[in-house]
Amino acid sequence: MSLPRAVLALLLRDLRLALRRRSEMLTPVLFLLMVATLFPLGLGPDRDLLVSIAPGVIWVISLLACMLSLSLMFYADLEDGTLDQLIISRWPLPVLALAKVGAHWLVSGLPVVLVAPVVAVAYGLSSETIGVMALSLLLGTPILSSIGAIGVSLSVGLRRGGMFLSLLVLPLYVPVIIFATAAVTASLEGFSPAASLYLLAAMLVLAVTTAPFAIAAGLRISVS
Amino acid sequence: MNKLTLWFHKLGSPEYFYRFSGKLIPWLALACTVVLGWGLYRGLFVAPPDYQQGDSYRIIFIHVPSAWMSLFIYVAMCVSGVVGIVWRIKVAEIVAMASAPIGAAFTAITLVTGALWGRPMWGSYWVWDARLTSELVLLFIYIGVIGLYQAIEDRRSAARAASILALVGLVNIPIIHFSVEWWATLHQGSTVNLMGENAIHPSMLWPLLAMALATKLFYAFNVLQRARVMLLDQESNKRWAQRAIGLDMPGSAA
Amino acid sequence: MMKPLGQPASIATPSGPRKTLLQVHSLFFQRNQLTILENVQLTLDAGEVVLIRGENGSGKSTLIRLLTGLVPAQEPFEVSLDGERFDPGDPRCQVQFQYLGHNLGLKDNLTCAENLKFYADFLGRRADVTVQGALNACGLDGYQYSEAGRLSAGQRKRLALARLLLCPARIWFLDEPYSNLDAEGITLVDRLLQRHISEDGRALMTSHGTFVPQVSNHRELEIDGWTP
Repeated sequence: MSLPRAVLALLLRDLRLALRRRSEMLTPVLFLLMVATLFPLGLGPDRDLLVSIAPGVIWVISLLACMLSLSLMFYADLEDGTLDQLIISRWPLPVLALAKVGAHWLVSGLPVVLVAPVVAVAYGLSSETIGVMALSLLLGTPILSSIGAIGVSLSVGLRRGGMFLSLLVLPLYVPVIIFATAAVTASLEGFSPAASLYLLAAMLVLAVTTAPFAIAAGLRISVS
Repeated sequence: MNKLTLWFHKLGSPEYFYRFSGKLIPWLALACTVVLGWGLYRGLFVAPPDYQQGDSYRIIFIHVPSAWMSLFIYVAMCVSGVVGIVWRIKVAEIVAMASAPIGAAFTAITLVTGALWGRPMWGSYWVWDARLTSELVLLFIYIGVIGLYQAIEDRRSAARAASILALVGLVNIPIIHFSVEWWATLHQGSTVNLMGENAIHPSMLWPLLAMALATKLFYAFNVLQRARVMLLDQESNKRWAQRAIGLDMPGSAA
Repeated sequence: MMKPLGQPASIATPSGPRKTLLQVHSLFFQRNQLTILENVQLTLDAGEVVLIRGENGSGKSTLIRLLTGLVPAQEPFEVSLDGERFDPGDPRCQVQFQYLGHNLGLKDNLTCAENLKFYADFLGRRADVTVQGALNACGLDGYQYSEAGRLSAGQRKRLALARLLLCPARIWFLDEPYSNLDAEGITLVDRLLQRHISEDGRALMTSHGTFVPQVSNHRELEIDGWTP
């Protein structure tokens, strides 16, 4: 037995479960599409206005879409006892937590990254800006998943954990939304988005390397 | 073990902490009252009005020390939380959790006084200034920590979970601060340097420093007082706690 | 709060000098300021099933979860394994035991075979048992393609028991293994236990019922409920 094999088993199991419950998987994408439709309806179809609000609006909706699906990340595992088995297995819990986060991102973050450019087209962004938007989402959504997972690990045992979760994680999402929208806005205004994207990439590295330890600690508390 | 480590070990015992803090609190409260009274009097009545802002600047004697305390208490909470998590010391967990509402209160005071000051300064109660926005996010984090502590039933698990959240916040606070500064410069926000560029006049500096000291003393006696109550509550079935409140029932669990 | 029936538990072991596998000393646990477990002592010998009896809320499950490390110890207690310190957080100790709790660790949306396959990949599989073999041995032949969510409570329990058979471990921590099972299922548990101890495995289990494990070597311990 080896750690890579165990991690792969966990990852594949989560992906298989997600495929068996496709409606849950589609929810974030549908949320993104529907809320993105509401903004032009509320603000009017003025092209310039839509272009100028697009970076912020699309990013905020994507962020909320990712957050909505977060609460499911460990809930089922806690309820059915799988979490107990993960914790008492010989494998390091932070690595398993990272696998769970990875599976969650593949299922709910990646579809948002893929669909957001479509929304950006509808808001009238140029192809270059859409590219920056997609890149910022690609770098940013895994950060949302990893930081969000910390909040989930701490609140998963609570009744009304889902409601509570937004309170815990939204303040921590502030830097992500700032740097990501700064990158898109810079591209929109003809500047280089590189600085913001590099900062976003640095945060991604930080989040992926440190968050698993906090998630593991949170999960241990939640099962005890 | 040297004397200091030994003392820290003793401080970890709830009973010793309770007695020790009980002796300390009156002195801290007294010192706080004296320093606070002097600072407020010198700041609000004696210090000369600012040549640009008139008397409205006097709110800095509340606003600035509160802003300092909002971060100071956050760090204190995290340090105490780490001690609680790593060495599983109940007293440290309780001190961390007793700190959170005080820190949140100072953060709220910072925001309210900032808004009140903003009215004459900027013509509106709220501007999306980098520092105010950072403070607002800090308040949200405090609320998250307090909320998590309240939501989990088992007090010790709750303290550990909330401490972990506080630590995650601690790592994030510099990033949040930096990102908000970045954001403010991007949007050419109306960042006003509250303290001014120039050296501050001693007649204003001394009351300000006095207020900074007074708020720390206020925090010290408040956190100890809160921790004592929480400790009594959580140890209510221990004999020392029952003795402490004059309720020594024979046969109760030791 | 825990009294061995009759003599102290460690003396009650029959037959000659045997290596003590698991030894627990002065375990203590509080929840919400109530002392649930106090000064627990127990030993678990080679080839032996120890059954912990007690009412609901007496701390049986907590005791087991403390030993697996799922519930952190509040005050350090000693557990030794073959004379060495047993730390449930240590991977070298974690490979030694398997835990079956109230929540069985099964995924409703996966088939029986997929559930077992996951644990075989994740925890390791005994060379002499296949997924299908474990299912058959637990009376689930023909169910390998059924989703676990469609099984009855008893069948789900059997599926969880199949995991014990499939994945290697020297110690079994079983929390209420008899619950939800019919007469046939109960004999299945006994058969698995007998097979486990005949391979020099050991099991610590709880029960609030009156079942007596029909195995060659077992002991019972009584655990008192906490009374205010």
